[in-house]
Amino acid sequence: MTTAHTRPNYILIWLYLFLMTVAEVALAFELPFSRNVKLLLLLVLALWKAMLVALFFMHLKFERWRLRAIFMVPLPLAIILVLAVITEKIW
Amino acid sequence: MTHATATADMMHPPVPAEPGSGVYSNKLGMWVFLASDVMFFTALIGSYIILRFGVTEPWAAPGAVLNVPLTAFNTFLLICSSVSMVKAYAAIADGKKYFLRPVPGKLLRDGGLKFWMLVTIICGAMFVGVQVFEYVKLLGHGFTPAGYRDGSLLAEHAVSDAVRYGATSAGLYGSSFFTMTGFHGFHVTCGVVSMLYLYSTKVLPEKYSAQDYRGIETIGLYWHFVDLVWIILFTIVYLI
Repeated sequence: MTTAHTRPNYILIWLYLFLMTVAEVALAFELPFSRNVKLLLLLVLALWKAMLVALFFMHLKFERWRLRAIFMVPLPLAIILVLAVITEKIW
Repeated sequence: MTHATATADMMHPPVPAEPGSGVYSNKLGMWVFLASDVMFFTALIGSYIILRFGVTEPWAAPGAVLNVPLTAFNTFLLICSSVSMVKAYAAIADGKKYFLRPVPGKLLRDGGLKFWMLVTIICGAMFVGVQVFEYVKLLGHGFTPAGYRDGSLLAEHAVSDAVRYGATSAGLYGSSFFTMTGFHGFHVTCGVVSMLYLYSTKVLPEKYSAQDYRGIETIGLYWHFVDLVWIILFTIVYLI
């Protein structure tokens, strides 16, 4: 259950999301960075956008820690899953 | 909770929490479902990453096969639908059940639950429509889940520029692309159908109130999650 809190400025968050999407497309096709730098920046932007949606639109920022844990627990499991399969050749 | 000090700028939970879990059951159930969906999409995205970076042959360059401007517009639609969904949530939290209402001294009318929910449904339906259009175009150009169809436009391009079009990995590209975006599109479709159901059975008859709007919050969580997944998919599938 969300506790009582000040309402976030949803339009401002929408503007951030929009601008970051424009930045992503520009970064992917227009800006002269190396492939690895582009890859890193695109992933950072995508995770940042996803965080904004989760924290403010889904109100995760204002939820109790028990509810946050339900959403957070699969994330390390997801990373372990991907890493385990990526490193399959090693073991 | 401080209901006594509630103002239009304060957010409050729709109903008192169930003992133990700290949230009401519908919401807890949705969060548990979303947690399982995180693992589902992780399996899909993880498989894509492994295929993409594990394959030794060249992969199709971003924008070579897929229409990025069209999909960027679709991403914009989904972001708009997410903000309209949260505005619907905020509207009913303030008890605004109406569609639009004039505000004295202001040019723009104030949107209520009915308005913002309808905007969300329209944006969601448009997203699905654009995705279907994209699929039809891609299939028409010869991009299928099995790779480039023999004799198609893309197959000809792949012969002339095998590196840019990832000629030898097209089968993996096609199957992973259609699987990931297809499952996401299915989620969006389910969301639109669910919202249409809620709109006709609960929103229009004004069954939600500032005291109980559990359905809006629960479907909102699902909808924002679908947006969140698309944000990741758009970057990984279309831009990288």
